[in-house]
Amino acid sequence: MCSSLETGMSKAWQALVLLALPACALAAQPVHYAYGTTPTAAQVKGWDVDVFPDGEGLPPGQGTVAQGEPLYEARCSACHGLFGEGVAKFPNLNNSSLDDLKATPPVKTIGNYWPYAPKIFDYIRRAMPFPMPGSLTDEETYAITAYLLNLNNLVGSDFVADAQTLAKVQMPNRNGLIVNDLKPDTHAKRCMKGCAAGSALEVKTNAKDLKGLTPPTTGPADGK
Amino acid sequence: MATQTERDTREILKAVEGAAGQLPSAERRQFLRKALTAGAGTFAGAAFAGLSIAHAADVPASAGSKYPPGLPPWSRTLGPGVDWQPYGMPVKYQADVIRRQVAWLTQSPQASVNFSPLQHLNGTITPNGLFFCRYHSGCAQINPAEHRLLIHGMVERPLLLTMDDLMRYPAVSRTHFVECAANGAMEWKRAQLDSLQYTHGMLSCAEWTGVMLSTLLDQVGVKKGAKWLLIEGADGAKMARSIPLWKGLDDCILAYSQNGEALRAEQGYPVRAVIPGFEGNMNIKWVRRIKVSDRPWYTREETSEYTELRPDGKALAFDFYEDAKSVITFPCPEVPPQHGKGLYEIRGLAWSGRGKIKAVDVSFDGGANWRPAQLQGPVLTKSLTRFTVPWQWDGGPALLASRALDETGYVQPTIDELRAVRGDRGVYHNNSIQVWQVTAEGKVHNVQLA
Ligand code: HEC
Repeated sequence: MCSSLETGMSKAWQALVLLALPACALAAQPVHYAYGTTPTAAQVKGWDVDVFPDGEGLPPGQGTVAQGEPLYEARCSACHGLFGEGVAKFPNLNNSSLDDLKATPPVKTIGNYWPYAPKIFDYIRRAMPFPMPGSLTDEETYAITAYLLNLNNLVGSDFVADAQTLAKVQMPNRNGLIVNDLKPDTHAKRCMKGCAAGSALEVKTNAKDLKGLTPPTTGPADGK
Repeated sequence: MATQTERDTREILKAVEGAAGQLPSAERRQFLRKALTAGAGTFAGAAFAGLSIAHAADVPASAGSKYPPGLPPWSRTLGPGVDWQPYGMPVKYQADVIRRQVAWLTQSPQASVNFSPLQHLNGTITPNGLFFCRYHSGCAQINPAEHRLLIHGMVERPLLLTMDDLMRYPAVSRTHFVECAANGAMEWKRAQLDSLQYTHGMLSCAEWTGVMLSTLLDQVGVKKGAKWLLIEGADGAKMARSIPLWKGLDDCILAYSQNGEALRAEQGYPVRAVIPGFEGNMNIKWVRRIKVSDRPWYTREETSEYTELRPDGKALAFDFYEDAKSVITFPCPEVPPQHGKGLYEIRGLAWSGRGKIKAVDVSFDGGANWRPAQLQGPVLTKSLTRFTVPWQWDGGPALLASRALDETGYVQPTIDELRAVRGDRGVYHNNSIQVWQVTAEGKVHNVQLA
């Protein structure tokens, strides 16, 4: 049959495309609409900013802890704190204790939770500083990454961050992530009668007891 | 009190009559006829509306009451014309029905979320202005003429598309919900927020129109060995998520329309990803790039965020599915039963990221006994389904709960069952059964029985 169901093409499109094709055999291949253009290498390079956990995608350049310190203080510390402790509710960037992942509430930072150092570079380059993402050079980003790793006691003060060294940094939580098998992890049953009794039917916590926590749901929007 | 429109109308009418008064009678008639019959234009329209105001003075005084047997003012006047609101807005009486945020949750409204007012929504489709929003670098505002979509990586033919290019591909329209993985995040430890909007409002549903991602992947020719896609936004955060290739080839859409009109800026104008049934964060907005690879990227939103820390300190990553869930939307803390004891219709929403909702059961006694609710069709896959069940309230305290079952046989768990697996320090994927406490005074509160 000359259909191309895998392409998700509707019957009508297939018919049109078949009309335009000399041989039936070709229809087994996806339709080529020929819309758009082929990007140039330079166009791809400009946007191809993602870095893999193993460091693939890190750009040339390097930066030292010493170079990173003044940059961090000028560009980052207003929100993340002079010592990376996080001002107000801005993220804490300084904690390398795995034990703190078991605390209540857990403390999760680039130091103790992020499994791969190259991803710190990736994230800063794509999204920080928060008010002006994309305003750091690659060299500056390397330097700030080096400084943050040193702040977390994960590298020495002589560390030079580059495409090779970042991939080698041993992050404490390197093996802390379990990749989900995408199967549900609860297996509740559909019980219809007499499914619970006694204290299982008593109210244990009531949101009405937490005064002042729930913002209003009438009147103007909060903060307006 | 006359409205501004009515006052304007009177002014204009006076001007028309004044001008007409200067003219000899034959011309006067002609002038007035022109002014009042010119089909379009504010001037003529307003003058016409003004005339009816003048007539209203002639109706008998019994019309004064708004209720039967009287005639309310809106039945004795002409309303504004079709050009009143070129883009229609909700009536002023619905001013409370807005998205709201929990200001104390986040430091900055640019890296934050707001909640849909589910307590006031009666269908399965969320109006575009009420669709919940999650930003990481504020709302990107993009001129579509200046937007580009790059597809590259492990592909035979890298592709750069303008929006015009993208919209030439065969289009599909499909209805899907989007739920933030953190919907219900505040309720892991205990019942916290006394509100449907804030416990469940990171959930919305729309009909999306766009190009199947599989169509685009066909165009570029995915190379052998490829297994993952990176979808990346053009916002300041360059928000990026790894999507399994099988999912990209299955049912994902690059959508440019939502409920029939162009996406709102808040929802990723000019183009967003719709990843049906997967956590909201993966539905990347303002999509600028798709890269094909043989492995995932472990982006910040796949490690630092959207992972679930278990009691042992290990964390579950790539937990994509929004599992079956339901909630009673009436009654709820915001909209309690207001008529004392008697008959009510309990109403709610159910959804599953794994397919169609098969059944919803409702309990009036906190989960001791359940009864099947009526599902309102059509029941669509990975979409919101409404359910109803009649409730004869005896006026005493009650514990209302709903439980969804999807076509895979999965049954929505209690918070107890969830905590047994995940502990109580979780943030994401709280799909537990919601219990509403109805008090004898007719108040409704968010409670937990475990
Ligand atoms: C104006 C405040 C502000 C400034 C300045 C700022 N950040 Fe941030 N940073 C944030 C916010 C807000 C987030 C959380 C963003 C989100 O949730 O998407 C964040 C997140 C981060 C994270 C991720 C933390 C985690 O655990 O997930 C890192 C790393 C980071 N910033 C580094 C930096 C660096 C490096 C700089 C300086 C170059 C910087 N930031 C400047 C506000 C700021």
